[in-house]
Amino acid sequence: MIAVVGLLLGIVAGLFLEPSVPEPLQPYLPIAVVAALDAVFGGLRAYLDGIFDDKVFVISFVSNVFIASLIVYLGDQLGVGGQLSTGVIVVLGIRIFSNVAAIRRHVFHA
Amino acid sequence: MPDSARSRLARAFLARPGRGQLIVAALLAMLGFAAAVQIRFTNTDADFSGQRRQDLVALLDSLSSASDRAESRIDELEQTRTELLTASERRRAAIEEARSRLEVLSVLTGTVAVTGPGITVSVSDPAGSVTAASLLNGVEELRDAGAESIEINDRARVVAATWFTEVGGRIVVDGVTLRAPYVIDAIGSPHTLSEAMIFPGGFADEVKELGGTASIDEADVVRITSLHEAEQPEYSQPTDR
Repeated sequence: MIAVVGLLLGIVAGLFLEPSVPEPLQPYLPIAVVAALDAVFGGLRAYLDGIFDDKVFVISFVSNVFIASLIVYLGDQLGVGGQLSTGVIVVLGIRIFSNVAAIRRHVFHA
Repeated sequence: MPDSARSRLARAFLARPGRGQLIVAALLAMLGFAAAVQIRFTNTDADFSGQRRQDLVALLDSLSSASDRAESRIDELEQTRTELLTASERRRAAIEEARSRLEVLSVLTGTVAVTGPGITVSVSDPAGSVTAASLLNGVEELRDAGAESIEINDRARVVAATWFTEVGGRIVVDGVTLRAPYVIDAIGSPHTLSEAMIFPGGFADEVKELGGTASIDEADVVRITSLHEAEQPEYSQPTDR
């Protein structure tokens, strides 16, 4: 319950405070958001499986965001930032799809 | 245990928030915040400040090649326009040329009414002794003097194909029977034409010998309104030399 409230609070704050993204973070923010989405869906799936753990969720959330950003940063340094961020997005997208499929099976038995 | 997942979900909403839930809430708030900021940023990113250098270079490349294509298209179209203009100018010149030729030929073949300076020769013939041959002589004299258009009695236009004959003592020109007095209208230099009529032994003298009179009037405006019907040549074919 409070988790959903937190999510809504964050969205509202982002919409109304209108902060500008710092220049060096600009390429990484979208990747970080997708990575965090992956962690959230993974956590939800684990919760429905009955194996949810706070520590695991926090660590997976942070490490997901960090590693995704790191890969893109490395790619930018190597001159393949565009392709590498596309690759990261694809992998995370596949994971999100499989997690959502598991969640769907739990909730709708289908 | 299919219902256990649902019941866990329901319990999570009803349960008292613990430490774990607070942490999750904080992380989700960060996620929502970041997502909202990113969405805003993407929607308002009118300048290309958020783009990678590579993407910008590719964008620039595609734009410059598009502008190259557009320029070559412009060149093509301008060339086409020039060609069309030249063609239409040439056609206009050809039409002009054809029109002036038509004018010359219509005057020569007598298919249009004409007007201009010239003379009027009135031949009275009380004795009825003026012949087609003497009339033809007069016409020939006028032609020698440069008459451009000739008509007799406002009825017979004299052209290259005109014929003169006599039927029952009456003069017939191109199938038109003429009665005295004969009035010959000719367009050309008035002075030259009248000189050609009155020189000693010329047409005027010939008519006098035959017992008639020929009076010549020079005029600034002579109208020739009778027409000659031009026929399509039946045997002659235009050919290159």
